[in-house]
Amino acid sequence: MRVRFERRLDQPRWLTLAVPAGSLVVAFVIAGVVLLVTGHNPISTYRQLFDAAFLQTGALSQTLITTTPLMFTGLAAAAAFRMRLFNIGAEGQLYLGATFAAAAGIYLGDGGGTSWLAITAMVVAGCLGGALWALIPGVLRAFFRTNEIITSLMLNYVAGYLITYLIFESESYWRQTTGFNATVFPTGKPLPASAVWPSWTIDLQGGITVPLGLLLGLGTAVVLWVLYRRTRFGFEVQVLGDSERAARYGGVRIRRKILAVMAISGAIAGLGGASQVGDFSHSLDGDPNGLQKLGYGYTGIVVAALARYNPFATCLVAFLIGGLENAGNTLQGADFPAGLVGVIQGIILFSALGGELLVRYRVRIAHRSGVAPAPEAA
Amino acid sequence: MNNSLIVVVLASGVAYGTPLLYAALGELLAERSGVLNLGVEGMMLVGAVMGFWAVQRVHVTSALSLAIAIVVAMVAGAAMASIHAFLVITLRANQIVSGLALTIFAGAAGLSSYLGNDLNLADSPAAHQFGPIFPSSMQNWPIVGPILFGQNILVYLSWALVVVLIWYLTRTRHGLNVRAVGESPAAADAMGINVTAYRYVHTIAGGALAGVAGATFTLAITPQWVNGITGGAGWIAIALVIFSFWRPELCLVGAYFFGSLQALAPELQARQISLGPTVLWTSSLPYIATIIALVVISAGRAGRRLGAPAALGLPYTREER
Repeated sequence: MRVRFERRLDQPRWLTLAVPAGSLVVAFVIAGVVLLVTGHNPISTYRQLFDAAFLQTGALSQTLITTTPLMFTGLAAAAAFRMRLFNIGAEGQLYLGATFAAAAGIYLGDGGGTSWLAITAMVVAGCLGGALWALIPGVLRAFFRTNEIITSLMLNYVAGYLITYLIFESESYWRQTTGFNATVFPTGKPLPASAVWPSWTIDLQGGITVPLGLLLGLGTAVVLWVLYRRTRFGFEVQVLGDSERAARYGGVRIRRKILAVMAISGAIAGLGGASQVGDFSHSLDGDPNGLQKLGYGYTGIVVAALARYNPFATCLVAFLIGGLENAGNTLQGADFPAGLVGVIQGIILFSALGGELLVRYRVRIAHRSGVAPAPEAA
Repeated sequence: MNNSLIVVVLASGVAYGTPLLYAALGELLAERSGVLNLGVEGMMLVGAVMGFWAVQRVHVTSALSLAIAIVVAMVAGAAMASIHAFLVITLRANQIVSGLALTIFAGAAGLSSYLGNDLNLADSPAAHQFGPIFPSSMQNWPIVGPILFGQNILVYLSWALVVVLIWYLTRTRHGLNVRAVGESPAAADAMGINVTAYRYVHTIAGGALAGVAGATFTLAITPQWVNGITGGAGWIAIALVIFSFWRPELCLVGAYFFGSLQALAPELQARQISLGPTVLWTSSLPYIATIIALVVISAGRAGRRLGAPAALGLPYTREER
C-alpha cells in the first residue's frame, strides 16, 4: 500500500473551515492522551476547563479579558504573516504600546469622568509605540535584508527588560513614587480616573463585562479586512506574499510594503498594549512575573495561524483560545498542571498545519499488489 | 590575574557558550539538509527538563547517571525534532510556522513546564553535575587555566564535535550528500540520494544536539531546573548559524563571543560595577549584539557569497520539481 498526495487544482471552501475545526478536535484528543499517560483523567480535566472558560458565573467576563489582548496580537500576526513577513515581535510591541499609552494616560488624565481626549491619545500613543518598535526589524529587513524573525524576537527580550527597568530599577515617569506601597514594592503609577477605559455590562450569566478594548479589536478586524480585501494596497501585499518575483515584475514597491506592513502589525500589537493598560491593569505592569509571563504575543501566532490569517476568524479563534488561557489561569493546580495550555495550543497548531495538507492535496491510497489499480470512475 | 574581569568573563563565556554551540551545531546539520527548524528553544527546554529528571531519578554512580541523563536529553530533543520533521518533510507544512508551533508546544509555557511541574523537579539542586575534569593545579595556571582547563567534559566533547562535523561535511560521502540535498534536492534525487531520509536523519540529529544543549544548562551551568531556563538561547543559536555562514568552526567562535556577553551581566553586578542603568543594558546586550551581528552579516558582501543552503526552508516534492 502506498499513500500519494496529488495537488488539488481548486481548494474546496468547506475544507478551509473543516480543517481548523477538525484540528481543534484532534488536538483535544491527543492532549487527552498526554493527560492519560501522565496520570490525569482527561474527561474531568476537560469538563473543568469548559466550566472555567465559558459556563460558570463570571467565566465569560474573565474569558473576554484574555480574548481582548489575543485579538490584537492575533490580528498583528495575521497582518504580517499574510505577506510572509514573520513578525514574531508582537510581545515586545505590546509592551511598548502599553508604555506609550500609560505615559499619555497619566499625562492627560485627571480625577474627573471618562475623558475621550485622554483615551484617544492613549490609543494613538499605543499604536505609535508598537509601530516604532516594529519598524526596527522592519527597517533592517527592508534595507539590509536582515531576517526579521530573529530580530523581532530578540527585541521582545529587550522590551521586557525595558519595562522592568522603568518600574523596578529607576525613578521613571511610569513608577509610583509616593505613598506607603511604593516604598514596599515598586509598582506602576496608576492611571487617573478619567483615563481609565469604560466598559459595558450585558445582563447575562450574572453580568458579562465587555471592555472597550474588545470593541476596538473588532473594529480593527473590520478595518484590516477592508484594507486587505478591498484596496490596492492589500492586493499588492497579498501578491507579494504569494510570489515576490511576480510582485516585483508587477511594479510593487517592496521596501515600502515591508515598512508599511511591519508598522501596521506593530501598531495593532501596540493598541493591544494600550488596551491592557486602559482596560485592565490601569498602570504599566513591569513585573517580570506579570504581563511578561502571559505571553500574549506568542499565543497570537497560534490564533492567527489557526484562523488562516483571516481577520474575522482571528476574532473568533481569539475567543476560543482566550477561554483556554483563562481556564488555564484559574485552574492552575494539581488537576490542571501548568504548561498544559501551551501543550494543547501547540498540538492545535500542529494539527492545523498537518490538516493544511488536506486543503492543498488530495490523498490517494494506491494498492501495490501486482494488479494495476482500477481506473477511477469519472 | 585569574580573578581579573576579562579572564572570569571569558572562562564563564566558554561555559555559557557551550549550550549555544551544541544547539547551533544541531541547527546547522538540519539546515545543511534544507530543513529550517525554529523550534530549537523548545527542543532545548524539553532536553533540559528530561536530562534533569534522569539525573534525579536514576540512582547509580555520578558519571554513569550523568551519561544516562545526556542520552535521555538527546532522545527527548530528537523526539521533539521528529514532530517537526514529520510535519515539514512528509506533510510539507510551512517550516517557519511549524518551528514556531514546536517552540510553543515544547517551550516555557508548554510541555517542558508541564513535565517540570508534573515530575516535581523545581526547587531542588541536581543530584549530580558536570564539574571540571582537570586537576586544580592546572586550573590555576595563569589565564589559560580557568579558560581552557577549568571546564567540564561537555565543553571538550563539543570541541571534538566541531572537528567531527567539519570532517563529516567536507570529507565523507554522506556529508557531501547532505550538502547536495540542502543545495539542490532535485539534483540529489536524480543522483539516487534519498532526500527524505537524509532530511529526517539530520533534522532529528539536530534535535538530539539541542537536547544536549538544554541539559548543559540543567546539569552544568545552573545545576537545577527552572521554568524557561534557556532564556532565548535557542534563538541566539539559530542566529549563530546564520552568522557562522553555516560552518561549524565559526559556530565555535560565535558561541563563545555570545557566551561571554551573557556572562558579562552577572559578573558586573557581582563586582558592583555600575555603568548607568547597568542591569538594563548588560542584560539586553546579548540580544542587541545578535541583532547587530545579523545586520552586519546580511548587509555585507560575504553573506551573499557564502549564503544559506539554496533549498533551505523549501519542501521537496518529486512530482513538482
